[in-house]
Amino acid sequence: MSEHHIVSPKIYLSIFAALMVCTALTVYAATVDLNQYFRGLNVIVALAIATLKASLVVLFFMHGKYSPKRTQLIIVCSVFWLAIMLFMTMSDYVSRAWL
Amino acid sequence: MHRSGELYGQFETMDQQRESASLGMWVFLVTEVLFFGGMFMTYTLNRSTYPDVFGEASRSINLTLGAVNTVVLIGSSLTMAMAVWAAQVGKTRLVTFFLIATLILGTVFLGIKGVEYHEKFVEHHVPGLDFNFELGASPATNAHAQLFFSLYFAMTGLHALHMIIGAGLLLWLIKESLRGRFTASYNTPVENVGLYWHFVDIVWIFLFPLLYLIDRH
Repeated sequence: MSEHHIVSPKIYLSIFAALMVCTALTVYAATVDLNQYFRGLNVIVALAIATLKASLVVLFFMHGKYSPKRTQLIIVCSVFWLAIMLFMTMSDYVSRAWL
Repeated sequence: MHRSGELYGQFETMDQQRESASLGMWVFLVTEVLFFGGMFMTYTLNRSTYPDVFGEASRSINLTLGAVNTVVLIGSSLTMAMAVWAAQVGKTRLVTFFLIATLILGTVFLGIKGVEYHEKFVEHHVPGLDFNFELGASPATNAHAQLFFSLYFAMTGLHALHMIIGAGLLLWLIKESLRGRFTASYNTPVENVGLYWHFVDIVWIFLFPLLYLIDRH
């Protein structure tokens, strides 16, 4: 097994700074009407920023980047199953009106 | 007495033992993702059905408090990560310091959440309790706004419950760390509670834009 990886405070602080910038960005983006360019763009941008923030937390704060492959597989699984639930359910509800 | 960091019989190396503990924690967190996932699913469905009322109801919750809370919670994740680092490099007293900092920030978060809840009670925005979204709102608007606030209270309430459990775990860690339990060779509890704390942070990272930031323009 590989040696236990220790993430330095410097990395933690940079990640924290990045998360703060993203938080400011998402609040700002919500005050701009992006929907005029593309319907639903506001929520897409908000979720994209949230996903980026969550990824930073998982990869660095939670050491996902330095974890063994099998732990990483478990992490990806959670996202995968969540996607199945959201995607399948929404495709059902959206397509009901087509009948 | 177990929990002192000796190698258990079923493992070959300390690394293997540590990785197993972390893997087990992650499996638990996967079940938590799906637990919260059900609520996010309900939210997505209702928001896509009643986009306008959800936007209106979202604008009535306090953005400033929500944004401040986001900063506070991400700050607490930083101090939690620093506690794990301090344990890994064997700085025993720093571990206690960062754990206490995390607990304080978590408590501040819950306090601000309490202020927000109080606002909602005053404004008759609590579903079931004399609910009235705004003066002269139609019955349909009221009904759909109640859906938003039901989800708001269920999701932030469940999140707050996780924070309270996390605060309890932190108290236990602080007690143990004051006795000098966590060292460079044994810090699994700090790491695993850290994983839990960061997970709760991630839930908030999604709750914040979804509940507070619908159509703020």
